[in-house]
Amino acid sequence: MAFLNGLKCRECGREYPADPLNVCDFCFGPLEVVYDYATISEVVSQDSIAKGPLSIWRYKDLLPAEADDPVDIMAGYTPLIKARGLGKTLGLNNLYIKNDSVNPSFSFKDRVVSVAATKAIEFGYQTIACASTGNLACSVAAHCARAGVRAVVFIPSDLERGKIIGAAIYNPVLVSVDGTYDQVNRLCSELADDYPWAFVNINMRPYYAEGSKTLGYEVAEQLDWRLPDHVVVPSASGAMFTKIWKGFHEFESLGLVGKVNTRMHLTQAEGCSPIVEAYNNNTLHVRPVIPNTIAKSLAIGNPADGIYALKTIQESNGTATATLEEEVVQGIQLLAEMEGIFTETAGGVVISGLRRLAERNIIKSDELTVAYITGNGLKTQEAVSHVVNPVLTKPNLEAFEEALHARA
Amino acid sequence: MSIKRIKFTFPTGLITEPVIHRLGHEFQVITNIRRADVREEMGWVVLELDGDEEEIERGLQWVREMGVRVDPVSGDIIEG
Repeated sequence: MAFLNGLKCRECGREYPADPLNVCDFCFGPLEVVYDYATISEVVSQDSIAKGPLSIWRYKDLLPAEADDPVDIMAGYTPLIKARGLGKTLGLNNLYIKNDSVNPSFSFKDRVVSVAATKAIEFGYQTIACASTGNLACSVAAHCARAGVRAVVFIPSDLERGKIIGAAIYNPVLVSVDGTYDQVNRLCSELADDYPWAFVNINMRPYYAEGSKTLGYEVAEQLDWRLPDHVVVPSASGAMFTKIWKGFHEFESLGLVGKVNTRMHLTQAEGCSPIVEAYNNNTLHVRPVIPNTIAKSLAIGNPADGIYALKTIQESNGTATATLEEEVVQGIQLLAEMEGIFTETAGGVVISGLRRLAERNIIKSDELTVAYITGNGLKTQEAVSHVVNPVLTKPNLEAFEEALHARA
Repeated sequence: MSIKRIKFTFPTGLITEPVIHRLGHEFQVITNIRRADVREEMGWVVLELDGDEEEIERGLQWVREMGVRVDPVSGDIIEG
């Protein structure tokens, strides 16, 4: 059973039942799930978690949905690998990569959507919807296929074909909206009010966002119940960043790990960096921007959780870094060439941000550091198409050796 | 009749302008502020608009043309 007491407004503190709501009726602040931690502490232990399935549902007692029969395509429990090659290049002896690009639909979104879909079905919804430019669309469509419910996925009409196929293959109702980013945003906001659908990041948002806590839990468990000194995280809405921090604190309060001393480092690409801009201006005011970045999975110009991400940075003595657009591709290539991991543009942002943090000595060489890689490079191949430069040869040994010699 | 929950973000140049007052006077729209943070360099206001749907849209279009950013209260909904 789920140990949640209900929902609570993050701004005015008003409480609500655990319904499909995301905004406080009084102050329009965002709602967050409230748990019964006293009961959770009686049932959760390192052993109980270790006996769970190899997916996010091993942490079922800390998730806000009934877990008897979750919508589970085995999201989570992704590899945490020691990055010796990349670490050596960056001067970091204790660097790990949390490789969340190998989730079933190839991004961390499977974690949040698995929770949202399970909760939506618990509420009785027969249709689950989202608006997306890529990863979220794929994940919603995949989970709905698994659950046998209808998916309605809204995409901008100019979305790259590869991303459309990645969602369409699961046979959702795919709605291609001929309009600007803002117009698609507005349309979906209105639909969420009018249609009896579970929009994963609108009326399901309080539940949906909790799935990202598992990124914190897993790293702690995989580090043998320790927390890192630093984490480096890509950020769009800011929600995942705050939920990793929440996950660390929940583990601390349940006695599963020691005191949280992790410094949280947020990264965005320069072309859409409203949270970094606020951090640099030493304010909690996030000024919305019009996204113009190749890191499209991070292209949220008006981040709903920006202020909470900034507070997390403050609480953790963390930082926020914007990487130059050209550094995004450099980061993708560096991770691929050093560690054999092909990430999408958001991962390139993280690796380039990590490099800056190491160069500025904010992360010191022996400190335990985890960089979160949240999406797969196969989704943004166009960003790195220039790497294709094969050795050309006729089909004989002499020609091959000559061509190889010329390349060397 | 329709009710909309909206967030206005004001650039520095419009901080001192009575935009919400004029919205309520020049359009048949009732404005009801729920939360706000306005400073010298920028400000945002979260409010409810009550009125005929077309009139609210006309009012919001005028607010946009004034240079104020208009968003749903939930922030951006499209995700990567």
